[in-house]
Amino acid sequence: MRVSSENGGAPSAAQVKTERLLNLVLVLLYARRPLAKAQIRRLVPQYGASASTEAFERMFERDKDELRELGIPLVTEDIDVLWDDEPGYRIHQRDYALPDISFEPDELAVLGLASRTWAQASLAGPAAQALRKLRAAGVERDEAALIGIEPRLRTAEPAFDAVKDAVLRRLPVRFDYRRPEAEAPAERHVQPWSLVSWRGHWYLNAYDEDRQAPRVFRLSRITGPVRPHGRPGSFEVPADHEPRVMAGTVAASGAQSHPAVLRVRAGAGHVLRRRARTVHGGEDAWSRVELDYRDLWAFADEVAGYGPDVVVEQPGELAAAVRERLAGAVAAHGAGAS
Amino acid sequence: MASAPQETATARLSRLLTMVPWLVNRQGIDLAQAADDLGVSTEQLEADLRLLFLCGYGQMPDELIEADWEGGRVFVGNADSIARPLRLGVDEAVTLIVGLRALREVPGLDERDAVDRALAKLEAAAGEAAAPAQRVLAEVADGGSPELLARARRAVTDRRRVHLRYVVPARDEATERDVDPMRVVGIDGQWYLEGWCHRAEDTRLFRMDRVEELTVLDVDGTPPPQATERDLSEGTFRPGADDVSVTLRLLPGATWVSDYYAVDALEQVAAADGGGQLVRLRTADTAWLRRLLWRLGGRGYVTDPPEVVAEVHDGAAAALAAYTDQVPEG
Repeated sequence: MRVSSENGGAPSAAQVKTERLLNLVLVLLYARRPLAKAQIRRLVPQYGASASTEAFERMFERDKDELRELGIPLVTEDIDVLWDDEPGYRIHQRDYALPDISFEPDELAVLGLASRTWAQASLAGPAAQALRKLRAAGVERDEAALIGIEPRLRTAEPAFDAVKDAVLRRLPVRFDYRRPEAEAPAERHVQPWSLVSWRGHWYLNAYDEDRQAPRVFRLSRITGPVRPHGRPGSFEVPADHEPRVMAGTVAASGAQSHPAVLRVRAGAGHVLRRRARTVHGGEDAWSRVELDYRDLWAFADEVAGYGPDVVVEQPGELAAAVRERLAGAVAAHGAGAS
Repeated sequence: MASAPQETATARLSRLLTMVPWLVNRQGIDLAQAADDLGVSTEQLEADLRLLFLCGYGQMPDELIEADWEGGRVFVGNADSIARPLRLGVDEAVTLIVGLRALREVPGLDERDAVDRALAKLEAAAGEAAAPAQRVLAEVADGGSPELLARARRAVTDRRRVHLRYVVPARDEATERDVDPMRVVGIDGQWYLEGWCHRAEDTRLFRMDRVEELTVLDVDGTPPPQATERDLSEGTFRPGADDVSVTLRLLPGATWVSDYYAVDALEQVAAADGGGQLVRLRTADTAWLRRLLWRLGGRGYVTDPPEVVAEVHDGAAAALAAYTDQVPEG
């Protein structure tokens, strides 16, 4: 037997465990028939070293669960149909191995790009490992197959990983959620349907158990831990659920468009000018800009943001909304006025 | 790095089961090269190979995995049962499928056909692990004209210098500049062209929906050696050393501001004191901040420094004066 030693010293507990799990995988994959526990204990040296049969069995049960967690298809089968009292264990090669697939060079290039999309996210590890698996048997590709474009997803929200797992496993969860106008976060109980990244933010579409209605949650407003609130797979996602449509309802406004006339100072209001239907240069330093807007409040915010460079001529309700904002800013900053 | 000291036994096993088929198909690969491609240090790879060497389906020498890296070349043998990678796990399948679907939506992408073929093969190979991927949907970015985006990409791949007419909305200013393009990157919902700006003599990110004109010049656009891609893991905002530190009081109704802008410090304000937040942020340029506060209309205000308070006040007062000069209708 080869002797385990890392730099001559005693191996760490994690090192011993990795060796044990790898030996177990190799033994069970090599077996042509299901193996009884006693056989496994003989074939995996790290089990042989365990103090008692009970200690071995406890360890084996835990190892079995952990291998299954990794996606290794460890199955329990009857060793012999005549002796049905003792189960045997093995891993079938056909269920273990990634099916034989070959990718064309251009397919590998886009797969690489898809994997790197997560390079700055918490899923960077799985994304890189997946690509390595697909490329294991493949001909080495020149990475310089330059597409010139780099999509990037970020997962800066602390709740991302827990929510992602809950969505993938259909696990009901509870968490504290801070609504934009609420003073304090409130606990919510939800069935997570889907996770959507939209305009740079992650949203959770879910069924809210307390409100008995679908709700959209912004991940950045989840505070504190996300805890299980039921069993994985214990609810069904409606067949007609459309993640993008539901998340989109939060910010979308189906309002009609309204015409506005603005006076815009020369050299200013570039974004407004780009959106304009018509721009007439005035005789003074001002242009008359005609454009359409949909949401009065959002457009009033935008116009107020130009300060003294943009003045609303029409309509009156837009002018009033802009004046209200400017007056509010003056009042709020009055104490420090020159 | 996969070789982080806190790597668990199961995480390492998973990594080893991916590493073995990769090495088996690349017999004799240079040790340092292999470590680099596998995303680990050379020391970690050597430790991994030492571990493999101890494992087998039995403990007789001919039952153990062969691992040899003497002379800096890696050979792995007698590992037939794990010579194929383990099937994709759910996270692995989901990342690639969601990434490919996001890529499909990139405007003006010539590789859409390759994306569809890769997606079909991947979904077939992943089997059950692919199913949850339909519950995760990512849109990398929208906005900006597809035609402009395609032209920017071609400038990157062809290494051509571009001339930009670029609007800086924070200062409400249109600028003209020559840029050596480095990459087109979609992040936080926006497309950007990153490149060496000859006007700023520095690397800059240009938001594509603010590019008014992009002309590809008949000039080599290889960026100078000092041009380095920005680390975007913390987003596109980059505070500078000489930035002004500003304190903002955000009333309930304006707290979205701290979701959208990078803040250095955030404090919730008790309901008894009006609720909302007190935040601190750094900025090199207060023009955008003035504009933000005008639009907040008093739902948020600067408490410090006093010069910025005065700037916001005076600008809003001047804007308001234009309306009081107007004769109300009717």
